[in-house]
Amino acid sequence: MSTSVDMSHFVRSDQIEALPPPKLARGPIAWMRENLFSGPVNTILTLIVLYLLYVMIPPIVRFMITDAVWTGTDRSVCREDMVGHPVGACWAFVWDKINFFTYGSYPAAERWRVNVFFVLFAIGVGWLLWLRAPRRDLGAAYFFWVFPVASYILLTGGNADFGLRFWTIFAVASAILIGVLVAAARMLNASVRTALIVGIGIVAVIGLTLGAIDWDFGLLPVPSALWGGILVTLIVATVGIVFSLPFGILLALGRRSRLPILRLASVIFIEFVRGVPLITVLIMANTMLPLFLPPDTSVDRLLRPLVGTAFFASAYMAEVVRGGLQAMPKGQYEGAMSLGLNYPQMMVLIILPQALRIVIPGIVNTFIGLFKDTSLVSVVGIFDLIKTIEASRIDPNWAAPTISYTGYAFAALFYFVFCWGMSRYSIGVERRLAAGQKR
Amino acid sequence: MNTVVSQTSPPKKSFLYDPKIRAAFYQILLVVIVTYLFYAAATNAIENLQRAKIASGFGFLETTAGFDISQTLIPFSAAGSSYGDAFLVGLLNTLVVSAIGIVFATILGFIIGIARLSSNWMVAKVAMVYVELLRNIPLLLQLLFWYIAVLGPLPQPRNSLEMGAGFFLNSRGLFMPRPLFASDISAVLVALVVGAVAALLFRRWAKKQQEATGRQYRVGRVTLALVLGLPLVTWLVLALTATNPITFDMPRKGTFNLQGGMQILPEFVALLVGLTTYTAAFIAEVVRAGILAVSKGQTEAAGSLGLKPGQTLRLVVVPQAMRVIIPPLTSQYLNLTKNSSLAVAIGYPDLVQVFMGTVLNQTGQAIEVVVITMGVYLTISLVTSFVMNIYNRRVAIVER
Repeated sequence: MSTSVDMSHFVRSDQIEALPPPKLARGPIAWMRENLFSGPVNTILTLIVLYLLYVMIPPIVRFMITDAVWTGTDRSVCREDMVGHPVGACWAFVWDKINFFTYGSYPAAERWRVNVFFVLFAIGVGWLLWLRAPRRDLGAAYFFWVFPVASYILLTGGNADFGLRFWTIFAVASAILIGVLVAAARMLNASVRTALIVGIGIVAVIGLTLGAIDWDFGLLPVPSALWGGILVTLIVATVGIVFSLPFGILLALGRRSRLPILRLASVIFIEFVRGVPLITVLIMANTMLPLFLPPDTSVDRLLRPLVGTAFFASAYMAEVVRGGLQAMPKGQYEGAMSLGLNYPQMMVLIILPQALRIVIPGIVNTFIGLFKDTSLVSVVGIFDLIKTIEASRIDPNWAAPTISYTGYAFAALFYFVFCWGMSRYSIGVERRLAAGQKR
Repeated sequence: MNTVVSQTSPPKKSFLYDPKIRAAFYQILLVVIVTYLFYAAATNAIENLQRAKIASGFGFLETTAGFDISQTLIPFSAAGSSYGDAFLVGLLNTLVVSAIGIVFATILGFIIGIARLSSNWMVAKVAMVYVELLRNIPLLLQLLFWYIAVLGPLPQPRNSLEMGAGFFLNSRGLFMPRPLFASDISAVLVALVVGAVAALLFRRWAKKQQEATGRQYRVGRVTLALVLGLPLVTWLVLALTATNPITFDMPRKGTFNLQGGMQILPEFVALLVGLTTYTAAFIAEVVRAGILAVSKGQTEAAGSLGLKPGQTLRLVVVPQAMRVIIPPLTSQYLNLTKNSSLAVAIGYPDLVQVFMGTVLNQTGQAIEVVVITMGVYLTISLVTSFVMNIYNRRVAIVER
């Protein structure tokens, strides 16, 4: 059955032109068809959303940009009846009050100190948040020790003037502390040298801190009643961050501890604080703190909510850190113990560095919450950003219909930029951490 | 550090190395420190209170309050009610705004959470913008915005906005018809209960039938008809034959203010709207995470079993997603309840505003007031998490 077929009759000998790609598989029209108009329901939804956007976006743009007033010195530029055309946001008001919004009533001649504080804050935050920054251990020391002390001196003026008696007591107490440590080391047959180093280290840190506060740098003292605006908002947030992280770690370790009383104390503290609203904690700090301290001692008005915020943030931080501790495989603990490390060594060298690393997103989210919550201090009478806006809003010099909206828009923008930036950062870190886990 | 351990004679161990003794030592140290702190605080407080001539104890709860509250769900008058009554009024106001807020926030949150996962690009993006915007602005600022910027410019009562059907809006709030119930209303209520019970029984019977025979009944429609239809029919019959069991007290325009009707305070509206929209953004994220947590294989498997998309969602995806959603959803509910304390900033008479604000300022009894208020919030939190733990255990995956 060998039939020869003449191939040339039905096999094409030359290649035909390739067809163009189907029109509706790519390009903007196809994309729209697939993502916006893929069915009757989707089409209706898209049209509804488009209509809503059409109703909402133009007025917002008109208010914020087109009709907004950018320059001016008093209310006359922002009143419709005076300028004769519709007036949107009165940014001239924000521009006029920007110093009040930033510094509160901080004396004008001393405002450079606040600016230095802002720069120091930015350096500390940048150093800690940039994961590949050099010497992040130094960064931590800076953020949790140098920066708070320097800010305190800068903002208050330092020069606490403790006097000779205080320093004598301090010297005696230091000597006792070092002596106790050395004696304990002797009794335990441990290294006396280590005990000495630890003791002198503690004394040196406390002594340097107190000495710096005591020292007269020639700065004009500024009472905290004059502080306000973004300065106070950042201070409350910073104090919350600086205190909540170490305390939160201690509380989390306490909650995971094998010692029943320690664990119970941590659990009670954490659950108590997490169970009540921040406002009640702030009001408690405001009204009860002065009661609990010896008579004749007065607590700074600003310090009270700071204490409340620090406690509050610590409890939330403790739960985040606990999550990290629980996520550590048991082998890490057992490995550390089998190397002969004691509890502090195991935690500081093995567990915490890994546990804290995986909860960075959680920590940042707690900070976002804390940053938003700082606005609550205005309820107990502290002049933070919200309170300065509330105070400026009713200034008769700027009495105009859109002033309130403008003030709130400014505050919203400020908080949004910070919080959204932090949340983007946290998402970025999460992605980086997940990259190592992906298989 | 540099002790040489010899094999033959083990070194004498100090008792200080005994872990039990160390544990006891640390804990005793903690107890001593905490006890001392409490003792010092207590003695200072006693002395401070005596100096300021402030009474202590809970006797003040019986004292006449002497101030008025703008929204009271139970009878309250400045002259005849005590601080204890003021506490109850505040507590009820907190619970009311929280309960209504939770319902609305759940509905809005689920809608937005599902919208974020929509295949419609525009819907998903709008939902995303909503979530990002609302989550990153402090609630306090949002409340002030709603209260002062949105509700502030409302007209005086004389120029109330008429919204029809007896609804009026002005700077004193939203006025609406107040329903007045005649005694016949009990018949409608009975019908409602009967309908609900019948619906439950029908559901159980239908499920048993389906398991036995595979036949499916329209459970949803029957339930709807029984629960809503039965009371409705009863009401209609009553309205046509006898007197109408529900009449409305309409608000009327007076010289200065509206008369009659039911008034909803602008503070309440602002707080409710603020809490709802803010919490909904968080709930939306919870819902999105929950739905994403159900793997695609589940949907595909359901499809290959022949389930319709609606059934897939109802019988396969949602039950599994709920397991992931419920715990964080509960904590959002608790957050909403705690955040309702921000009412103090806009003057809604909630527990904190009435009790920790006015009562605390009038009596000066900070310790008692703070303890009571915090106790209330703690109780709410602990009870909720207790109930949720039980629920969680019921729906948790039974591991092999």
